[in-house]
Amino acid sequence: MLFLFAILIGVLYGAAVYLLLRRNIFKLVLGLIFLGHATNLLLFVAGGLTRGFPSFLRDIPGEVEKMADPLPQALILTAIVISLGVTAFALVLVYRFYSVTKTVDLDELSENE
Amino acid sequence: MIPVLPIILPLLFMVVLIFTRRWLAFQQYFSLLATVVLTLVSVILLLDVQQNGIATLQMGSWPAPYGISLVVDMLSAIMLVTVSFIAIVIMIYSPGFIDKGRQSAGYYPISFGLLMGVNGAFITGDIFNLYVWYEVMLTSSFVLIALGGSAEQLRGSIKYVTINFVASIFFVAGIGILYGLTGTLNMADLAFKIRAAGHIPHMNGALMLFFIAFSVKAGLFPFFFWLPASYHTPPIPITALFAGTLTKVGIYTMFRFYSLFIVENALFWKSFILIIAGLTMTIGVLMAASQFDIRKILSFHIISQVGYMVMGLGLFTVGGISGAIYFMVHNMLSKTNTFLAGGLVYQRSGSYDLKKLGGLYKASPLLALLFFVPAMSLAGIPPLPGFFGKFFLIKGGFEAGDYLITAVAILVGLFTLFSMVKIWNEAYWKKEPEEIKKGKLSRRAIAATGLLAIAVVLLGLFAGPVSELTVEAARQVVLPELYINAVLGL
Repeated sequence: MLFLFAILIGVLYGAAVYLLLRRNIFKLVLGLIFLGHATNLLLFVAGGLTRGFPSFLRDIPGEVEKMADPLPQALILTAIVISLGVTAFALVLVYRFYSVTKTVDLDELSENE
Repeated sequence: MIPVLPIILPLLFMVVLIFTRRWLAFQQYFSLLATVVLTLVSVILLLDVQQNGIATLQMGSWPAPYGISLVVDMLSAIMLVTVSFIAIVIMIYSPGFIDKGRQSAGYYPISFGLLMGVNGAFITGDIFNLYVWYEVMLTSSFVLIALGGSAEQLRGSIKYVTINFVASIFFVAGIGILYGLTGTLNMADLAFKIRAAGHIPHMNGALMLFFIAFSVKAGLFPFFFWLPASYHTPPIPITALFAGTLTKVGIYTMFRFYSLFIVENALFWKSFILIIAGLTMTIGVLMAASQFDIRKILSFHIISQVGYMVMGLGLFTVGGISGAIYFMVHNMLSKTNTFLAGGLVYQRSGSYDLKKLGGLYKASPLLALLFFVPAMSLAGIPPLPGFFGKFFLIKGGFEAGDYLITAVAILVGLFTLFSMVKIWNEAYWKKEPEEIKKGKLSRRAIAATGLLAIAVVLLGLFAGPVSELTVEAARQVVLPELYINAVLGL
């Protein structure tokens, strides 16, 4: 399980970096989204993977010790909300940039400076 | 109760300002009043910390490692006071420079959002909570830097948003790994566990992720390129506010983390940070010297000065850290002041380009004086605070026996003088070009810049008493046990 997660996170990071290096700024935003997801998964895995024992109490004796750690899940929830906000902002920004300059190319963007 | 006020108050002010967005006159006076209140609260906190030691507050009365702790030590208190004082000045200065559209689009409420994030980052004692405050601060700064939406601003904003988001991702990844290694998020508890465990495998990986995240925020070599590419695009009060506060939050966090979390491999981290510091100051100052836009010279300059602060951290002696903290306060004031004076130059002559400027000394000696004071302070001319800052740092460097970095610091000081003199010669002393615009200066802006210049001079004149505070702050940084015991109640 851990091995699968490691590969998934690696692939997501790889895709994110690839997209961040594109010239198209819309792909840049996609890269940011992937980066956010990869990191959320990393938080999840770093907290330890537990199967079959969700992180809420069901009044079964001895379950507290085996229960999944709820804290990383709370952290991920916060991180998801934050990256949602930043992504929304980035999308609006990219759209505004496109409507002002009529281009989505980062290279044209730096030529004008 | 008091430690939470620097976070709660900006939130309240922001809510009030959001609902009164259309009444510009009210917004201007209310935000000024609000920043004054914020400064008073911070000063009270500073005095409290000076008398009673580190102040802590456990949110929701959850005991230390479980709940979120708020901690104000001397370093936080000094930063709080400096930031809120800068906010007062910016609020006086803004009305003349931010156009009505931007003002009613939410300039004032968002500025308080920024202040809330900055203050939160200074106060919190929980590593994930710190990330959240960073995001509050960054999201506000995203809005401020893009506010108005001119093509140039949007260009700068895209770079700024992207690099800062990537840096935040590094930060969260570091938090995740650190939590996996230690099972706690409370900074004091983390520090305690790291010390108790002796050796924790993969610790350096997490620390390096943090180091990258904060060096992007602080503008350290080799992660500083976003800063001069974006800082010059928004209206000048926003640039000045960013220059005075944001990079320094990165530095502050680095101080905190270095003090609490670096136990193993201390020698590696020390030399690593000193090397980065040396490269940052040298490259920043050389790039500043090659620019011709006032805002770009000053932006590159931020980087070079950040190098000095990190140098103090690398020395990690009371003398070095105390010098770095004094230097940080001086830099926040003087740097903001030079940006504001640059704004006045723009208002008078309609350009930031040194090639198109000239004759300002003759045209307006007051304007010249307002630039001269902070510029000479940055260059390190006594009795201005820049001199004492560099003096304390260099003295600390000699005492610690790190001669190479100290020599670099002295050399960089010369180049700093050069780039300040460059602005002075081109904008103030050169003969006035014929087609120059003769704009009218805003009185409020002059008053604000003057107020800040007076603060700079006073910081230099009272270097002795201020350095007593910074020595106390440095003592608390060098002896992390004080922080740990205060939070965990050991």
